[in-house]
Amino acid sequence: MQELTSIPEQELLYQGMYSCPGCMAALAMRLVLKAMGPNTILALTTGCWAVIDGPFPYTSSKVPFLHGAFGTAASMGRGLRASLDVQGKEDVQVLAWGGDGATFDIGMTALSAAAAYNEDILYVCYDNEAYMNTGGQKSTATLPGVRTTTTTQAGLAGVRKKNIVEIMAAHDIPFAASASAGYPHDLVKKVQQAKALKGFKFIHVHTPCPTGWRYPPDEGPRIARLAVQARIHPLYHVRHGQQYVIDLDPEPISVEEYFQTQRSRLKPLSAEEMAWIQENVDQRWQTIVARSRNTEA
Amino acid sequence: MEQIIMNGNSAAAYGALLSRVQVTAAYPISPQTGIVEALADLVASGQLEAKFIMSESEHSVMASLIAASEAGARVFTATSSQGLALMHELLHWAAGARLPIVMVNVNRAMSAPWTMFCDQSDIVAQRDTGWLHVYCEENQETLDAIIQGYKVAEQIMLPVLINMDGFYNSYTTEPVSVHDIKDVDRYLPPYEPPVKLDPKEPHTLHGGTGPHLFMEMRYQMWQAMEHALDIAREADDEFGRMFGCSYGLTEAYRCKDADLVLVSSGSLVGTLREVVDVYRDRGDRIGLLKIRYLRPFPTEEVRQALTSARQVAVIDRNVSVGMGGGFWQEVRSALYGSEVGNKPVLGFLAGIGGRDVTPESVDKIIQTARSNPPQEVPIWVELKV
Repeated sequence: MQELTSIPEQELLYQGMYSCPGCMAALAMRLVLKAMGPNTILALTTGCWAVIDGPFPYTSSKVPFLHGAFGTAASMGRGLRASLDVQGKEDVQVLAWGGDGATFDIGMTALSAAAAYNEDILYVCYDNEAYMNTGGQKSTATLPGVRTTTTTQAGLAGVRKKNIVEIMAAHDIPFAASASAGYPHDLVKKVQQAKALKGFKFIHVHTPCPTGWRYPPDEGPRIARLAVQARIHPLYHVRHGQQYVIDLDPEPISVEEYFQTQRSRLKPLSAEEMAWIQENVDQRWQTIVARSRNTEA
Repeated sequence: MEQIIMNGNSAAAYGALLSRVQVTAAYPISPQTGIVEALADLVASGQLEAKFIMSESEHSVMASLIAASEAGARVFTATSSQGLALMHELLHWAAGARLPIVMVNVNRAMSAPWTMFCDQSDIVAQRDTGWLHVYCEENQETLDAIIQGYKVAEQIMLPVLINMDGFYNSYTTEPVSVHDIKDVDRYLPPYEPPVKLDPKEPHTLHGGTGPHLFMEMRYQMWQAMEHALDIAREADDEFGRMFGCSYGLTEAYRCKDADLVLVSSGSLVGTLREVVDVYRDRGDRIGLLKIRYLRPFPTEEVRQALTSARQVAVIDRNVSVGMGGGFWQEVRSALYGSEVGNKPVLGFLAGIGGRDVTPESVDKIIQTARSNPPQEVPIWVELKV
């Protein structure tokens, strides 16, 4: 049984933001900022959140919020860290924020460099599994078998989703984790854990998207939780690239069961394709389980 | 003040040191590497109290500097050619964000074919990014231009690009006066941004902006750039009073009664200066206009310098394929419709891709100019085909 983390009451987002109804990325930001606290500067790269914040001169953020070019969240985070440190403001936290396109794709080299230099920042990737801000084109975070506006036909069912937590953990950073907007306590706890550590921290937050995935806006938390149950998005963290801990292991369901909740974004998959996807998910899960057992031992 | 023999790259590093830059991010590219190495060493040895970010690309260099500047630090970097091109997106961002970033660009031709030698096609392609563009003839000027660059940038809140020619400046040693840093401190006070990212006073910067405001923001950049002409003149005058050396936005050299004025920028000016002296000694009325600021374009100074000329020959070490050299376009545009505009303005393309432009090359340019060649198309100098 997981210890219940209390979620700070202080809201660091204003109401009236420009998200779609039921946006899980907006919820993720709300929770992450609560955990970060007000002594934070946020560097944000292009993506849904560039819009959600609201148009100039409005903003939904109560902490300093720097909008930047696509794929630059990690580099901006490095710049903020250096600037704050040279001015003696080591106490100010730097939060870099990017979507899956900005993180898995266009910002990958910048993210890798920031991790390799172990910059003292927290990078949060909110993952809605495609370029949702531009209308839902495929990214390398898109699940196999998912229909996007650039994969309208079958044929990419065999392309895996990039394993971003493992990529980041392989940089031996102090903290690499997955989290979900469907599990607020786990997410807040992870941000608080990350915040307490010096060096580069990475959290991959799963944020299902009602608009892009075409499910009713009130279904988000349920779908997010099913993704964890299906082990499409297992919740775990890795310290220093070595110590694996599974944070939550809810009762498992099959990938097929999970996919049934969002049939409109899925291509009709053959039995072989479905089996291949399930096999991949199982393999990744077994790897995490084995590594977490090694950590315990 | 101390005089040291150094190359252009070292002069740039000294310029950053004397300006007390606080954050520098860099990525190596020939022929700029000497600047990066010197800065890394200055920071590591504690001579410069700054943070040095080793970036994995020039795109990230500029992204880091934008953020560092937004948080209130004075920031610096250097790049060249392909690296500058990789930054292109963020050059627009830095200018639109109104950040007083100073960057040295060591001019190098753009590939393909692969090359690392000098021309100015890299920087001329970045004219429209909203940065101030300064071209340096020699190493002292590069050092001084960096200090002056911050003085100007921090008043008008636009970034500044300082250019030196790859190899001709970057790897040529000359005596350079390194000013006393206390004097530089009096000239260049610490950077005090009007707005910065600070949790104690939160701001959201550069959020989505629609057609109802964007155009006015660009107009404000335009106004700042116009204002930069006066600010740059003042900053140069003050520099001259304090350090005994000033440069102007342009330099008219023996132009007064010249019937042919050669116009150019960067290291090529040094050669032209020598040639003009030789011709003048023979009583031949050749003049030279060095263009130091390309943005904002010093139209007033250019018109003034070309008043008496019967003919103008612009020598470009860059080419816009399908049009001609960048400086040629600029000078023609500055003269067009003015009282001094009724004269041939010839465009010569020389030294592209790092080929030497020798005094003999300049002789040929002068002879060609005097043969009244066509004015509508650029003339390629010493072409082998």
